[in-house]
Amino acid sequence: MNLTQPEQKPPEQKPVLDPHLKALENEAIFIFREVAAEFENPVMLYSVGKDSSVLLHLARKAFFPGKIPFPLLHVNTGWKFEEMIEFRDQVVKNYDLDLISYTNPRGAKENITPFTHGSARYTDIMKTEALLTALNAGKFDAAFGGARRDEEASRAKERIYSFRTPEHKWDPRNQRPELWSIYNGMINKGESVRAFPLSNWTEADIWRYIRAENIPLVDLYFAKKRPVVERDGMLILASDKRLEIAKGEKLQELWVRFRTLGCFPLSGAIRSRAQNLDEIISEIQTATVSERQGRAIDRDQSGSMEMKKREGYF
Amino acid sequence: MNFSLMSAPERDFETAKNQLVPLRFITCGSVDDGKSTLIGRLLWDTKAVKTDQASKLKSDSKAQNNGLDLPDFALLLDGLQAEREQGITIDVAYRYFSTSKRSFIVADTPGHEQYTRNMATGASTADLAIILVDARAGILEQTKRHAMIASMMGIKQFVLAVNKIDLVDYSHEIFEKIANEFLEFSLSLGVTDVVSIPVSALKGENVASNTGANLDWYEGNTLLTTLELATSRSAQTVGFRLPVQRVCRPNEGFRGYQGTVAGGAVKPGDSLVVLPASIPVNVTEIVTFDLVRNAAVAGDAITLVLDRNVDVARGDMICSLEAKPMMGKEFVADIIALASTGIEPGKRYWLKSASRRQRVRVEPFTTVDLNSGVWSDTERLEMNAIGKVRLKFEETAIFDTYAANRGTGSFILIDPEENTTIAGGMISELVAKNPQNLHDYKQGLVGDNLDESDDEKLVLMALPVAIAQKLQKSAIFEELKYDIAVTRIKRKNFKLLSEQKD
Ligand SMILES: Nc1nc2c(ncn2[C@@H]2O[C@H](COP(=O)(O)OP(=O)(O)OP(=O)(O)O)[C@@H](O)[C@H]2O)c(=O)[nH]1
Ligand SMILES: [Mg+2]
Repeated sequence: MNLTQPEQKPPEQKPVLDPHLKALENEAIFIFREVAAEFENPVMLYSVGKDSSVLLHLARKAFFPGKIPFPLLHVNTGWKFEEMIEFRDQVVKNYDLDLISYTNPRGAKENITPFTHGSARYTDIMKTEALLTALNAGKFDAAFGGARRDEEASRAKERIYSFRTPEHKWDPRNQRPELWSIYNGMINKGESVRAFPLSNWTEADIWRYIRAENIPLVDLYFAKKRPVVERDGMLILASDKRLEIAKGEKLQELWVRFRTLGCFPLSGAIRSRAQNLDEIISEIQTATVSERQGRAIDRDQSGSMEMKKREGYF
Repeated sequence: MNFSLMSAPERDFETAKNQLVPLRFITCGSVDDGKSTLIGRLLWDTKAVKTDQASKLKSDSKAQNNGLDLPDFALLLDGLQAEREQGITIDVAYRYFSTSKRSFIVADTPGHEQYTRNMATGASTADLAIILVDARAGILEQTKRHAMIASMMGIKQFVLAVNKIDLVDYSHEIFEKIANEFLEFSLSLGVTDVVSIPVSALKGENVASNTGANLDWYEGNTLLTTLELATSRSAQTVGFRLPVQRVCRPNEGFRGYQGTVAGGAVKPGDSLVVLPASIPVNVTEIVTFDLVRNAAVAGDAITLVLDRNVDVARGDMICSLEAKPMMGKEFVADIIALASTGIEPGKRYWLKSASRRQRVRVEPFTTVDLNSGVWSDTERLEMNAIGKVRLKFEETAIFDTYAANRGTGSFILIDPEENTTIAGGMISELVAKNPQNLHDYKQGLVGDNLDESDDEKLVLMALPVAIAQKLQKSAIFEELKYDIAVTRIKRKNFKLLSEQKD
C-alpha cells in the first residue's frame, strides 16, 4: 500500500497547479463549503475509488485548518475487493475521519450475491436500497458524491445540486435551473440534495490532479501480474475465495489494472502495463475505449444508468 | 519524476492547453436547428467518442431519417430517455473535449421555448455562444430570445452557425442574407464580436474541417478553429470581494473566514471593510491547505484571518476600502422569468446572491417584445419573459453591477413556498433617490427632472451595419456606451427619418 502519513503541517514547497486544475479545485472547494453552510446534516459518499480519493482530498482542503464537518458513508456490498477495505481503514485512521460503513442486512439473510441474483437485481438491493436505507437512517439532507458529467450521458445532464424527493427520486425532466454558481439549497423536510463537486472534471483531470497532489490510491489501479479469469467478456480478478471458477474457465496470470473499481465480480480489469501515474495518464490519453466500458452495470440496456439514478442510485 | 513514456511534444501539448482555463461555450437557437447534432459531430471529429460509445451510438441510431448512412450524432448528447423518445433536447448536457491547443466545456442547450430555463442555466457560465439557425428557416423569434439571453448574461462573443446548408444547395446568397440580418440584430444587443459560418452539422462540413468543394465560396475558419481562437472571460477588475461562505473555528485560537475571492486581490496587511456592518479590519494571514500564501486573486478559494475579533457571518462581504460595492435597499435589475408562475408583483421572494440570502419584493416595470425589440411597460413578467424590475429589500443588500462583476452582480429568485428557482437576474443599478427616472434607464434619453434649458441635443445617425460594427468595437464607443442608444431601423424608415429635422 502506498499510503503516506498525513502531513501534520502543510508542506512548505509544492509545485503550483496548472490553471486548469486550479480552477477545478477552486470550484469543488466552493461547492463543499456552500453545502456545509446551507445544510443541517450532510454526508459524503466514499466509495474508496479514485474519484472518492480526490473528493476526500478536496474536502480536507475545503475545511482546513478545521476537520471535515460531516461523516463519510461507505455503502459496503460485502463484495468489494479486499484491498479496498484495507485501504479504506488505513485512510480513516490516518486522516482521523468519521466513517459510517453500511451493509444491507438482506444480503446475508437472503444470500444475495452478484452470482446468484444478476447484476441488476443485486445492484438494486445491495447498492441502491442500502444507500437509501443508510441515508434515511442518518436523516441526511445533503449527500456529496464523486460523480462526473463526462462519465455517462445521463450524468452529463445532472445539476451540481441535484434535488431529490423524500423517496430519493430524481426527476430529470424537471430539474431546477442552476444559474452561475448560485446554488439553490432550499428544501422541505424529508427532501434532500445530492451535491457533485467533481461535476466538471474529466477522467484525465482526475489523474493529473492525483499526480499533482500526490493523492494515495488503492493499488489495484496500477498494473501488476494478477490472477484473472475471463467471464462474459470481462477479466475478473480471481483472488477472493468466493469466486468459483467454472468449468471451461481458465485461471491466468496477466498484467492488468483497473480503470474503475466497484464490486470485484462486476468490475472488469484491463490489460495494461501502466505501473505509475505518468504511465496511466499517457495510457488514458491514447485509450480508444471509455472508462465505464468495464462495468457490468452499464451494459444491461441503453439508458440503464438513468433508470437507476431515478430510483436513487448515485 | 520519470516521463519516459510520453514523448516530448506530447508533453508540451499537455501543458500548453492546461495553461488556460477551458473555454466555456453553449449551443443555442430554435428547436431542431441541429445544436445537438453539431456538438455530437464535434465530439466525433475531435475523437472524444470512444469505440464502445461509437458502437453504442450506431446501434442506438436505428431509424435513420437522414438518409446518409450517418449515425444520429445528437444521441451523444440527448442522454435522457424522454429526449430520445421525442427526438428533442430537454435539459442541458455538459460535455468536455480538447484539441492540442485548448480544452472546452460545452453546454448543449434545448431549443424548445418550454425549456428556456435550461438554456439560461447553460448560458450563465459561458464565454461564447454558438447560435444555430436552420438555413431553410432563417432567424426565428426563439433565435432572438436566445441571443438576447446570452448577451444579457454577459456573453460577448457570438458564432452564428448557418446550419443544414446542405439542404439549401450550399447557397452563398442564403448564407449572406441570414448572416447580415443576424449581425444587425447582434449589434442592437451590443454584441460586436460576431463570426458567421456556413455548416452542415450532420455531414461535418466546416465543423472540424473544410471538406469538399461545396463551400468553396467560404473563406473563413472552421467552427473548431474559431473556438480555439476565442477568448475566455477575463478576470474582473473591481476591488477585492470575499463573500463569506462560512466561519472556520477549529479551536479557540483560530478564526478564519472561508470563501472564494469574487474580484480583485488581497495580501496580508491589506485594510478591508466588512459589509454591511462597515467594520474596518486588516488581513493578518491567508490560509490554504497547501501553504500560507502571500496573495490571493479572483477565483481562489481561501481562508482569511483578520487582525481583530469582529462579528462576521455567512452572507457578509469582505471588501476593499477604496472600491466598495453598492449598498442599499432598492436596486434595478434585468431579469429572466423561468417558472410557469412568472414573476408576481409585490410577492415576497427569497433572493440569493453570492453567499447572501434575503427577502425581497419584486416590481417588474418593463419588458421587451423579442420580434420588434421594443420595450414596453408591464407589471407582470410571464414565464420566459425578459424584463427589468425594481428589487425592494427589507434589509440592506450588497451588489456590484453585473457589468462590473458577474459574481457579485448576479442573483436568483426562489419561491418561498415551492423552493424552486423562478428567475435569474443581473443588477444594473442602485436606486438612490429618483425612482421615477427608471424608465429612462440606459436608454440615453433625458430624464423628466431636468430643466428644459439644460436639455442637451442628441444627434441621430443611421449607419450601414458594417460601419456600425466598427464603431461599436471602438474604445470611445465602449467608454460612452451608456449615453448611446443602438437600435435597428428599416431602410424605408430611414428615408422618413432623414427628412425629419428640427
Ligand atoms: N441535412 C441535415 N440535417 C441536419 C443537420 N443538422 C441537423 N440535422 C437534422 O436535424 C434534426 C434535428 O437535429 P438536433 O441536433 O436534434 O436539433 P437540436 O437543435 O439539438 O434540437 P433541440 O435540442 O430539440 O432544440 C435531426 O434529424 C438531424 O439529423 C445538417 O447539417 N444537415
Ligand atoms: Mg438538441
